[in-house]
Formats: sequence, C-alpha cells, structure tokens
Amino acid sequence: MTASAPERTSTSRATGAAFIFKKALISALVALVLFSLMIGIRTEAGPTGQLIYWTRFGDLASMVAIVFGGSIVVELLRQWWGAAGTTIRVIPPPVQTTLAVAGRLVAPALLIFALLVPVIFYHQRYILDLGILVLTYVMLGWGLNIVVGLAGLLDLGYVAFYSVGAYSYALLSTNFDLSFWVCLPLAGILAAFWGVLLGFPVLRLRGDYLAIVTLAFGEIIRLVIINWQSLTGGPNGISGIPRPTFFGIPLTASDNGLAAKLGIPFSPTHRIVFLFYLILALALLTNWVTIRLRRLPIGRAWEALREDEVACRALGINTTTTKLTAFATGAMFGGFAGAFFATRQGFISPESFTFQESALVLAIVVLGGMGSQLGVALAALAMIGGFELFRGLEQFRMLVFGLAMVLLMIWRPRGLIGHRAPTVFLKQSQAISSDLVKEGHG
Amino acid sequence: MTAPSVKPLLEIRGLRAAYGKIEALKGVDLDINPGEIVALIGANGAGKSTLMMTIFGRPRARAGQIRFDGRDITGMATHEIARLRIAQSPEGRRIFPRMSVAENLQMGADATECSEADRATGLERVVTLFPRLKERMAQRGGTLSGGEQQMLAIGRALMSRPRLLMLDEPSLGLAPLVARQIFDAIRTLNRQDGLTVLIVEQNANHALKLAHRGYVMVNGLITLSGTGNELLQRPEVRSAYLEGGRRG
Repeated sequence: MTASAPERTSTSRATGAAFIFKKALISALVALVLFSLMIGIRTEAGPTGQLIYWTRFGDLASMVAIVFGGSIVVELLRQWWGAAGTTIRVIPPPVQTTLAVAGRLVAPALLIFALLVPVIFYHQRYILDLGILVLTYVMLGWGLNIVVGLAGLLDLGYVAFYSVGAYSYALLSTNFDLSFWVCLPLAGILAAFWGVLLGFPVLRLRGDYLAIVTLAFGEIIRLVIINWQSLTGGPNGISGIPRPTFFGIPLTASDNGLAAKLGIPFSPTHRIVFLFYLILALALLTNWVTIRLRRLPIGRAWEALREDEVACRALGINTTTTKLTAFATGAMFGGFAGAFFATRQGFISPESFTFQESALVLAIVVLGGMGSQLGVALAALAMIGGFELFRGLEQFRMLVFGLAMVLLMIWRPRGLIGHRAPTVFLKQSQAISSDLVKEGHG
Repeated sequence: MTAPSVKPLLEIRGLRAAYGKIEALKGVDLDINPGEIVALIGANGAGKSTLMMTIFGRPRARAGQIRFDGRDITGMATHEIARLRIAQSPEGRRIFPRMSVAENLQMGADATECSEADRATGLERVVTLFPRLKERMAQRGGTLSGGEQQMLAIGRALMSRPRLLMLDEPSLGLAPLVARQIFDAIRTLNRQDGLTVLIVEQNANHALKLAHRGYVMVNGLITLSGTGNELLQRPEVRSAYLEGGRRG
C-alpha cells in the first residue's frame, strides 16, 4: 500500500458528498439487516432446554454506526488514492523516485535482516521459532508460486506435496535410519513424483475444474494417511523423527556433538539456529532456482502458458510436458519444505496437513502478487508474522485478517507487488543486436 | 521439395472436420506451392478459420489428408506440427499480454530447435520488417496498439523461421492504413525471402490483390479458385465480397 500520502491535485471528479452519503447509507442498511439477528438478538438454551433470548440493540446500533462511518472513510480513501487500475495515481515524481529506490533496496535489506535474525535474537527463542515458521511459509509460497504464479495453474491441494515430503522423511528415517541429507532429495523426488501423478489426469482441465481436482487430491492424500494405519500410524502420527545433523555431526550435548567438537558450551539454541539457517538456505534455493528457470525457455513457456494456452500450442510448446514440469517443480519444493517440517517438529500427524494449510499458502501467493518473489516473501511475513502479532486479539484475529485481505484486494487487486519484471533485458534501448538475444537466453 | 515442377508444399485432399455434429469442412482440396501467397476468402462461418486450425491439428480432421512437404501431418499434435516450422498468427492475435515484446518474440523461437545465431538473425529480421516493435521491445505486449499487436503476432511467428506462414485475418479491427502496412510487410517477406504464406481474410479486395492465387470458400467447401486477379474479376466474387467493401 502506498505509505506516503500523495498530494491531491485539483480533482475535477464530481463525486459529491451526496454520493458518498448514499453509499454509506446503503452499507449501513445491509449491516442492519445482517446484524439484526446475528447481534441484535442473543439466544441461549436455558437450564431446562427452553429458549432464552434477550436483545442487544445497543450493540447493534454501534455496529451499524461503525459500518456507516467506515464506509464513508473507505470511500474517501478510495477517492484520495484512486482504486488501482481505474484511475491514475497522483504521486509526485520525487516521491516516486524515492519509492523506486526504496523498492530496490527492500529485497537485499530483507535478506540481510534474515541472515542476522539468529544473531540479534539469539536469546529470544520465540522470535527464532517464529522466524523458522515464516521462512517455511516463504518457501512454500515460492514453491506454489511456480505452479500458480508462473504457470497459472490454480492448485488448492499444495499441502498434499508438503505432507508427502514430511511423511517421506519421517518414514525413511524412522524405518531405514537414513540421515536427513539423504532423505531431503528423496522427499523432493517423491513429492515431484506425486506431482506428476496428479498432473497426468488433471492436465486437460483448466481454471475452476483444475482447482476442484487438486483440492480433492489434497484431501485424498490426507485421508490415505489417516486410514493407512499400519504404515503411517493413522491419526496418531509418527513420533521420534530424528533431528537433523550438521552433516553427520549431531547437535546434542554428547561428546561427539557439534558443541563438544568446537569446544564451546552446549546450548539447545544451537539447534534452533541451525534449523533457521537450514530453512533459509532451502528457501533461497527455491528462489534461486525459480529466478534461473524464469530466464530459460521452460520458465518463459510457463508464463506464456498462464497467458494463453492456445497460442502456446501454436508456437510448438508441448503444453502437457510444460504443465507437468511446473507441477513437479512446485511439488518438489513442497516436498523439501515438508521434510524440513518433519525434522523440525520431530512429530507429524495428519492434522498438520489440512486444507487450511493449502489455503494459507495460496493466500500468501495471491496477496504477494502472483509471480512476484519479493511479494510472496513479504506476504508470508505479513500473514504469519502478522497473525502472531494479533494473537492477543484471540478470535478477532480472523476478523482483522479478513479485513486486511479485503482492503488489500481493493487497493492492490494484483497483490502487494503486482508488476512483473521482464526476463529479457535491453542494454541500450537503441541498438537491437545479438546481445539482446543472448541476454534473453539467460 | 527439390522437384523443379510444381510440387505443393502443403497439399490438402478431401479434408473434413466437424464441431460435434456440425460439419464445418465438407471435403476441402487446397494446394499451396512453395514461394506462393495464397488467399482464402469467404464469408463469416464459411470454415476459413476452421481450415486453418485443422491444418494445425485442432479440431482433428474426420477424413481426408493434409500433407506438408510430402509428409502426412493429418493426425499430428498441434505442437508437433508447429515444430515442422509451420507458423501461424492466430485469429485475434493472441499475443502474451503480460510478457514484454522481447519475451513474446523469444517465445516464437523457443520450441523450434534454434541456435543463438538463428535467434539473433530472426530478431534482426523482425525489427527491420516492423521498426515499430524495436521501440517497444521492453513494453508489455498488452500495452501495444492493435496494429502493433498484429505486427508482434506476425513477428513472433517469424521467429521460428517458418517454411509456411499462416495468417488468420491479419487486418481484423485495424485502421486501413495500418492494415496496408501489414499487407506490405507480408509482400516484402514473400518477395525477399520467398516465404510461403496462407492468408485467411474477410477483406477480399486486399487479400486477392496481394495473393498469387486465391480460394473462395462457402459453407465448408471451396467453390472457386484461381489467380488473385482472376478472382477479383469474377462477378460472383465481386457481388459477394467486394461490393461496398471497396475503398480503393
């Protein structure tokens, strides 16, 4: 959202007070109808089972008043900034250039901050844990971004690949004693395999239909996990999943632990810090691979597929394999994240892999601006971190969350960072030579 | 291909295609010789676009045969046909709106096996043909004007160094002056590079003046064929497609 208050130039728009007032009045009326039963009357079952009810007209009145006032404020703000896409924003050029400079600095600043988090907050376990959680979602968001943001395939069952990764690691490590570093690629490969398996039947579908099938797929995986008790332990989950080692050196207080080898006193925080850097590295790997792929023909084909499938086919793109690679690549990173989740928790159960997780990751991608790497990272930070921030508000948390989403979609319908950086660059706008083509080829 | 006599590059025999029960092509015969511009004209719903799409594999041909350079391509998948270097600028242009002009052009070359040098010369060729695109390279495709989008669609098709270029209504929705530029560019391509072109048009006057040969399509059948000038003189063509459509 635009933080700087833009100067209002002389507006020629004749949207008078009467219009705003009328709009607010309609909103208030709708609110009155909606809330009259929801808030105005409170019902409860009495001690003998009879219905007791009493009225709360005061609350109702204040609620309607809030809606009335809020709708005026929203409308005013809307005219002030102008809804994106409908009017031209009036931001003075100096502010624009400052914003552009600041915009360029956000990504490196965020990266440096992320690298320094364990140093700054070494003694605050809570913040470290939160950081790990945020980074897990950043990684999931970046993974799903390949499927949804780049290839434009709406996937509502991304959690399936996350759970495949988590269970792959959990089962391989508890049953076969394989180390985390062996299991990590295996988890990714297995998740990618499931991605391809899902991809085959659904590739003919588009849009809503695809979304429904992927949603079902996510549920199927979860139900299989719950019911295949002999393998997965069913609802009881799998416990005692080995902790990751520092390339074979355990992070424990024992004599052959990392702390002892380095000759420093053991602290349980070491493991947390290690996990933090591990997920940071995994997330950055996801980001790096995505950025590289976008500059190659395959990444370009993904984006073209999102834009126009028919045109893609006419240009000789095999849309089937292109979709499959997008699905598999996205799934693979989901699998990596799942394996990390399993090793971090030490215990997994189907409860961690509900549809809500898919929805959350998808919300991060959409809020961040489909296809934007930085946007996804910011959205994950805002959603997961922000969610924690409002923990004190208890059940109002969801309300704040919903409100924030509505506001964001009004002002930034394409997400936090809605523009898309081109991957073929021009060195000089004048000379078009073979340089350009080479650039384009990455 | 090397046969000196007229061995057609594209040879269509008895082609039938249908959407469900509605038969759109009822046995079409058509030849395109190497180095030729062939115009296909006809009213709305005559099956012109369907013919072009059937050559590209979608909808599938129900009967008949399509041979490209002596090879039967009738049952092939669209992307495989495109890889034989048959390029098309589809109806409605269908450029990639959120991708830059440069990226759009690269997409044209991506699927065909194409070296870096080929890409460079291909790009050079496109920008000399359409200097306007050169100025627009970094801009998003969707922000171009209609004429520029058409240039981009043709440019993108040219990036695969096609042996046959198929254009579906290139003048659709364009100002007469812009349409003329597009037609001029097609003529240049044909004269300089010997590019074989199939052009589907409603604008019969323009198309027949440009083309060496033309076919007239009515209700899924070819009813007339001949050289462009011959067709322009035919009274039935004049009455059906040219009267009132003539702007000089």
